[in-house]
Amino acid sequence: MKIKQLSLFFLIALVGCGKSISPVDSGLQEKILHFGNGSEPQGLDPHIVTGVPEHHLLISMCEGLTIANPRGGENLPGVAESWVISPDGKTYTFYLNKNAMWSNGDALIADDFVWSWMRILTPSLGSQYPDMLYYLKGAADFHQGITQDFSTVGVKAINDHELRVELNNPTPFFIKLLSHYSTYPVHKNTVLKHGSIDDRNGLWTRPGNFVCNGPMNLKTWELNKQIIVDKNPLYWDADKVKLNEIRYYPVSNESTEDRMFRAGQLHVTNVVPLEKCPVYIENENPNLRIEPYMGTYFYRVNTLHPVLKDKRIRKALAFALNRTQIVERVSKCGQQAAYSFTPPGSAGYEPDTEVPFDPELAQALLSDAGYPNGEGFPVLEILFNTQEGHRKIALAVQQMWQQNLGISVQLVNQDWKVYLAREMTGDFQISRAGWIGDYEDPNTFLDTLRPNRGNNKTGWENKEYDDLLELANATNDQSLRYKYLMQAEQLLISEMPIIPIYTYVRQYQLSNDVKGWYPNLLDTHHPKFIYLER
Amino acid sequence: MLQVILKRVAIAIPVILVVASLTFFLVRMAPGGPFDAEKVVPPQVMKNLNAVYNLDAPLMIQYRDYMFNLIQGDFGPSFRYPGRSVTEMIFTGLPVTFELAFYAIIVAMLIGSFAGVIAAVKRNTMLDFIPMTIAMIGICMPTFLLGPLLVLFFGIHLEVLPVSGWDSLAGDKILPSITLGAAYAAYIARLSRGGMLETLSQDYIRTARAKGLPEHQVIIRHALQGGLVPVVSFLGPAIAGLIGGSFVVETIFQIPGLGRFYVEAAFNRDYTMILGTTIFFSALIIFFNLLSDIAVLLMNPRARSEA
Repeated sequence: MKIKQLSLFFLIALVGCGKSISPVDSGLQEKILHFGNGSEPQGLDPHIVTGVPEHHLLISMCEGLTIANPRGGENLPGVAESWVISPDGKTYTFYLNKNAMWSNGDALIADDFVWSWMRILTPSLGSQYPDMLYYLKGAADFHQGITQDFSTVGVKAINDHELRVELNNPTPFFIKLLSHYSTYPVHKNTVLKHGSIDDRNGLWTRPGNFVCNGPMNLKTWELNKQIIVDKNPLYWDADKVKLNEIRYYPVSNESTEDRMFRAGQLHVTNVVPLEKCPVYIENENPNLRIEPYMGTYFYRVNTLHPVLKDKRIRKALAFALNRTQIVERVSKCGQQAAYSFTPPGSAGYEPDTEVPFDPELAQALLSDAGYPNGEGFPVLEILFNTQEGHRKIALAVQQMWQQNLGISVQLVNQDWKVYLAREMTGDFQISRAGWIGDYEDPNTFLDTLRPNRGNNKTGWENKEYDDLLELANATNDQSLRYKYLMQAEQLLISEMPIIPIYTYVRQYQLSNDVKGWYPNLLDTHHPKFIYLER
Repeated sequence: MLQVILKRVAIAIPVILVVASLTFFLVRMAPGGPFDAEKVVPPQVMKNLNAVYNLDAPLMIQYRDYMFNLIQGDFGPSFRYPGRSVTEMIFTGLPVTFELAFYAIIVAMLIGSFAGVIAAVKRNTMLDFIPMTIAMIGICMPTFLLGPLLVLFFGIHLEVLPVSGWDSLAGDKILPSITLGAAYAAYIARLSRGGMLETLSQDYIRTARAKGLPEHQVIIRHALQGGLVPVVSFLGPAIAGLIGGSFVVETIFQIPGLGRFYVEAAFNRDYTMILGTTIFFSALIIFFNLLSDIAVLLMNPRARSEA
């Protein structure tokens, strides 16, 4: 009796659920995009947060002076409908769109940018991205507390619709920086209503309080579940916006995300699980997207280490790696072997460097450095953060170095924060690393290896390299600038404080219903161009 | 009994304070800080951030301040999520985790005690061997295997249930509840079988049978109360375990519960969040253990008189 009742209950429960219409199918009718967004965003304050999930959310809800071009290349007008650059490349005058307004109906004026940039540069706010505005005259001094007078910073509102910006150097990529969320305006009265200018914990970003100026509005925010944004009718270009809603899901587990996509719960995923990628490539999965991405996977060498300070050894290590084999047999998801630090093709920049796979040359270099056939060479340690992909690459590198150079290599994997702490304190020999560009320009890569940069971490200092980057910064001639940068890159690769391994690709799944979505190096997909159609 | 409860509560307070202190110093001993990231922030920014969160003060001063706030019920702000207090995050995730644990325990109790009782009554028959073998497999099978298997079958192959979510799509609570409940169902099946076997061999059961009561009445009226005592004493720690151990199921099914916050806080070195959740879970475990002890006292006259 009981068993019968129980089975009946489960049967009804299951049949009751039945095959229902999936979110992807219903999204098509209701124009709702279901978006796999990686992890729960830290927050929605553009001056506080860092990270990719936050970027996806903020480009839909706020807008800077320019927006990233969905097809890559030059930025498009955002709040600024046009701009004029002075002949010396140091003064920018932006003419703001007169129809630009905040989501509460207030007009968006040039003063909003001045106040917002003052906010991100206020030291006590503790913003992690103030250096995006360090290109402005006086900005670094204000942020570092050398002066308290914001009028010394190179940003002025000439009138409500004209903003003048003065830079330290001609910065050809400055327009590209302005689509980064750290340069977005925030609504002064809303921020101040919920706290002071430097309040990190103000509640102005909560649904109901949030005011911004992008194509979408914050509708609901359920922690670790979803964030829903809906169309902002007051956006200056609202006619172009075809989506009614975007639902962002913080799915940190790759396999869960993959199953959600397969069950029709997502239009787009954040990643493809490592083990699934080769299978999907082989099966010609029509939803799989593998696109160029502006990032480099490399090994960082501690050049202060007694053995690794010898550049012949660093080069020997680099030349003993068969990168083609690594991308074809180990990472297996469309990555490209890397022979430079800057990914080729970033804003028309093609690095002219070579890192040959030449075991004989590598052995000769090692022998020159006093270790013929690897004899007497100490056991090398490769540090990486715990992740299967990193482990596989490290295993391949270990095997190649052992085979081609005759040296012993030990693998050390650590929890993410321990790995970071060891890198920061120089407590490593070789560590795996990755760098993703913040904007489409070689400077975002090459600048990190200048001597006083926190992200250098290799201990490598080179005056000539620094001078070349300084020269590149000072010129307003783009071809001359690229020439200096190429020379700097050649110098970098000849010194090898970092060993490039592969250029990243973006791998994810995209429903065929999603249109207006184009591959681009920074993987920025502005919601105003996206629509759903079958 | 009131005395027992008061005594236990009096012990609980220093236990929680010790847990808080130990956790405070242990998380600080772990390498890496809350603001370390792949892109290193300039030293000035790090200085500002440390100042904002009082991390530039000497450790003992930070400890004093933290304990002072804790006693007033303030867990502080989350370091990882600016604008969110730890209390707010705990009370956002807790109802979901509670609900998940509640359904899981119902699944576990229904399946487990039913299988256990049948196995005990039909001892050494197929109705004993089959459920007990399944129970053994259930205990051994980890949730990270069972969950995806259920999802593949019901969600992707049959397309009758959603593969993830909580309170978003119809039926999205079924698979997580079964996944989380399954291992506990297996334990309960074995415990209730053992308890029932012991009870069924007691004199009072023989008396009940001798009086001519039908077998189902003997079992339901007389044997169950004694037979399920081991299950009841297991329930307290089980519920606490379900709440604290729901992380895997919450991750597999994308459930916005407390378990995910807890584990992610540890990875992110979100000091206040780690402390808050640890203290909270400790209090919960103590509370549920106390509850199950009280339930045992109510069900078992001998234990009651000893207390």
